[in-house]
Amino acid sequence: MTRRIDNYGKINRDKILSFRWDKKNYKGFEGDTLASALLANNIGIVGRSFKYHRPRGIFSSGVEESGALVTIGSKDRRDPNVRATTQELYNGLEASGQNAFPNVNFDLAGINNYLGRFFAAGFYYKTFMGIPPLEWGKGTAIWMFFEKFIRKAAGMGSASGLPDPDTYEHAHDFCDLIVVGSGPAGVAAAIEAAEKKLDVILVEQDSLIGGNQLAENDFDNSQIKNQLENLGIKIMTRTTAFGLYDNCVVGLLERVTDHISASNVNIPRQRFWTIRAKHIIVGAGAIERHIAFNNNDIPGVMTVNASKHYLNRYGVLTGKRIVIATNNDSVYETAHQLSEAGANVTVLDSRTNFEIETNKSFEIRKGYVPYNINGSKKIDSLDISKSETINKSETINCDQVLLSGGWSPAVHLLSHRGVKPKWDYNNACFLPSDTKENITMVGSSRGLWNKNDCIASGIAGTTDALNRLGISKTNYFFPKPGGWKNPIQPLYEVKYKKSRSKSFVDYQHDVTTDDVRLAHREGFISVEHLKRYTTLGMANDQGKMGNIIGLSLMAELLNKEIPEVGTTVFRPPYTPVSIGALSGRNVGKHFRPLRVTPMHQWNIDHGAKMIEVGLYQRPWYYPKENETLSDSYIREASTVRKTVGICDVTSLGKIAIQGPDSTEFLNRIYSNGFSKLQVGKARYGIMLRDDGIVMDDGTSWRLAENEYFMTTSTGEASKVMSWLEELLQTRWTDLNVNVTSVSEQWAGVSVAGPKSREVLNNCVDDSLVVTNNNLPFMGVTSTFLKGNIPCRIARISFSGELAFEVYVKSDFANTMMDLLWANAKKYDGCLYGLEALGALRVEKGHVTAAELDGRVTIDDAGLSKMASTKKSYIGSAMRKRGVLKNNDREILVGFFPTNLKETFNAGTIVCEKNNIKGQGIGRITSVTYSPELGHWIGLGFVKGGLDKWKDTNLVGADPVRNKQMNLKVVSPHMIDPKGERMYA
Amino acid sequence: MIRINCPYCGERDHSEFSYGGDATINYPSLDASEKEWTEAIFFRKNIKGFQFETWHHSNGCRMWLVVERSTVTHEIKSVKPCHPDLQKVVENNK
Repeated sequence: MTRRIDNYGKINRDKILSFRWDKKNYKGFEGDTLASALLANNIGIVGRSFKYHRPRGIFSSGVEESGALVTIGSKDRRDPNVRATTQELYNGLEASGQNAFPNVNFDLAGINNYLGRFFAAGFYYKTFMGIPPLEWGKGTAIWMFFEKFIRKAAGMGSASGLPDPDTYEHAHDFCDLIVVGSGPAGVAAAIEAAEKKLDVILVEQDSLIGGNQLAENDFDNSQIKNQLENLGIKIMTRTTAFGLYDNCVVGLLERVTDHISASNVNIPRQRFWTIRAKHIIVGAGAIERHIAFNNNDIPGVMTVNASKHYLNRYGVLTGKRIVIATNNDSVYETAHQLSEAGANVTVLDSRTNFEIETNKSFEIRKGYVPYNINGSKKIDSLDISKSETINKSETINCDQVLLSGGWSPAVHLLSHRGVKPKWDYNNACFLPSDTKENITMVGSSRGLWNKNDCIASGIAGTTDALNRLGISKTNYFFPKPGGWKNPIQPLYEVKYKKSRSKSFVDYQHDVTTDDVRLAHREGFISVEHLKRYTTLGMANDQGKMGNIIGLSLMAELLNKEIPEVGTTVFRPPYTPVSIGALSGRNVGKHFRPLRVTPMHQWNIDHGAKMIEVGLYQRPWYYPKENETLSDSYIREASTVRKTVGICDVTSLGKIAIQGPDSTEFLNRIYSNGFSKLQVGKARYGIMLRDDGIVMDDGTSWRLAENEYFMTTSTGEASKVMSWLEELLQTRWTDLNVNVTSVSEQWAGVSVAGPKSREVLNNCVDDSLVVTNNNLPFMGVTSTFLKGNIPCRIARISFSGELAFEVYVKSDFANTMMDLLWANAKKYDGCLYGLEALGALRVEKGHVTAAELDGRVTIDDAGLSKMASTKKSYIGSAMRKRGVLKNNDREILVGFFPTNLKETFNAGTIVCEKNNIKGQGIGRITSVTYSPELGHWIGLGFVKGGLDKWKDTNLVGADPVRNKQMNLKVVSPHMIDPKGERMYA
Repeated sequence: MIRINCPYCGERDHSEFSYGGDATINYPSLDASEKEWTEAIFFRKNIKGFQFETWHHSNGCRMWLVVERSTVTHEIKSVKPCHPDLQKVVENNK
């Protein structure tokens, strides 16, 4: 049996499409939506409701749909909660109902419908309060117990849980004017603007342009389309303007392939557009509301306008015996057309006193309202009532009930900009308010109900835009809101006289009129509370149909007018935006940028396993044969201590500091003195923040009288650069200093170990430059590597061994590595990675980002001697303030396990014996196996430091890993505390 | 989205910039007292309306800018370089 009728609709009947609904095969036509194809196939039940699992049908023909939410596709392309009303049909489309077992026709959880009183508004909050009468299970336990059942029973479709195989794109565009909506108002605005030479983008969420004209039987959009195209207007169909943002930025979601069957990997599924316009015209239309009365959700209930769409656009007559219930003039054309198409139509109009011209092909019952629908899976009959005295007066046999409780202008986009709509009593709807921003509302989204007014408003809207853009100064006026012959009579709810009514306000979340009253009784009377307590206006449809009804009920309960109750703020997105579209191409390895050093490939070719440090890929360890990470780093660290190792340190930040005031500048930003640093020497320095906390550490090399080369830590490189620029451009504008980031320009390695000088000796052109005399500890030289490669060498040690840092221009990185590695091998040297570097520095008690975490002062880090007392510098005034001078601050120390065979982890909380709780008295920040000492060691902080705890047994608590061990506190300088090796 | 008219690069999206902070603070000299520094670092006005704030064109010319922006509407009234010498250059080139 089909509901499709001949000679109606704009579908292409020559092109038949096959699709599957709940595992059965059906046919539709090109131009159908899934909803129209289901209706044509006489499928009434397409879903089960959120809480009560009541059978639900198709309520609308557009984005406001809250009943026909279905799952499209299968496996990794399964897309839940898709509105069947906006899903275009394609050959092979696979769709199924949701929230039902075994299916939407026969759903076992339908029992919930009879347990309604347990599922009223806020029922899940109340589970926290226990189950009456004894409040059994008070607290969160009972919620935890019931949660899994509730979550399973109440819900919508489920995601595939698989990686999304589709691609998505981000795109940007700009224009003079963007027009949202291609109804008569939007099209008029776009044409007027293009004729006035504006660059125009016209956006339409539907696949066709025309707006609500697509529901008219004589509408043909081809001429309009040609006109728009000839004027050079960019038309974007299947594109939703989901949000408006600052400075006339519009967010668009373009559905590129959601309407075609074959997935093509070369085409993105959706495009996320950021459009920068000079002016925005919104002609987003209006949405027809339903009316709350008992059983107003039985499949077969629909808005009047939707039925008109299905008839005239899709050739589907949605009912045979149709009752239309209304309070306004907008339904009569539809009533006429439905009866012309062969339906038996009765109109119930709540108004008693009004004039309407009809051809008498249908009956009008003045002063009547719908009271109750009889039926469960389909409509059997409708009880009606006189609107003056609400009570069942008679019953009409019918198979469809169409509702029109008035129209709500789509003010959503304007609401995104914080513009509150104002209530219009005459038209019983919220109208958009004016805004200073370059946004103009036109057409029925400003409450205009007839086409000529809409067209006039479109032209006026463009004139407004031209005036605001300073292009013209033309007077214009907008038609007055309204346009019906007879005024609308507000009608939101028809109260059911018996108890246990199910009059739905919000279909999507099963919010009934009783739920709104319950919220009022329990004190949730502000609209924002009402929304959260009852979930009215949440989820896919965001209350596009039901919000006003909820507000009117609350107004009635509070004895107030609707504008006094207010309205909730609409926020983006207007319709749901997929996560895939938000992330675009920034997924997988493109999730964030990747930085590599110039010897990245060299490192990999020489066996490096890499690790991410910030954005950088750095060598982690260089395993030989079957070595594990720990085998490898222990061997590497031991080799550095015994002979020599080479480590890529290019990721350190590098800044060229030049100019006559460079020395003064460094002296102000570092806590230690730099005024007396000689040319040809480097110095380790610590920078504090304004508030006296350590910001970063690094070295600065004095290359010439007015030139320094600064290194920073890898993680803080960009922060330090911005900080130096800020100081020079905002605070110390009299200083003559130039700072330039040269991090990418120089490749650096550390050559460390007792044999490092020999290795370097073989690599430099002039072997005299690296002797102890010519290059003493902290000495710097600019010289040449063999092959005439200019380089900078500083005798700097992070490992505690005799060590050098060598920098060459990045282009020479591989040559440098080849040269150093060939010579290091002669001394049984090794390449070492970040893990060995960490082991070596922990043994020496050198701090890194793990310790300098933004909470630590220079004294906490045990570096008090680095804080000059002879000068003022950034942070010097603040580093001794208030709590920073408390004597129970956590101070840097080393840790050994008491039983040297035990291990521990970073993150371990240090506690006193018999007082293992809370944050303890300290923490371990870095750990390693020490090849030199032959057991695990750690760095960290403890209140009072070494002096207080050096002879005390402490406990390391690691509750996350279920570990506990005895600890003793030692000096952080666990190896060669006097630094004799570095000076060798 | 805020757009900032960088005096050097032209009008750019705010994603090219990093927010700095209050541009009206007169940082005390380095040898000033803890009290003066406390005032400068920790005490901020919570302005509703136009305020002067610094922005760094971190993904552009790297200039630090004083931006006069409304905290209510994001409207920007003026943009100029923080450095007075650069301000003069911009003025002279107008």
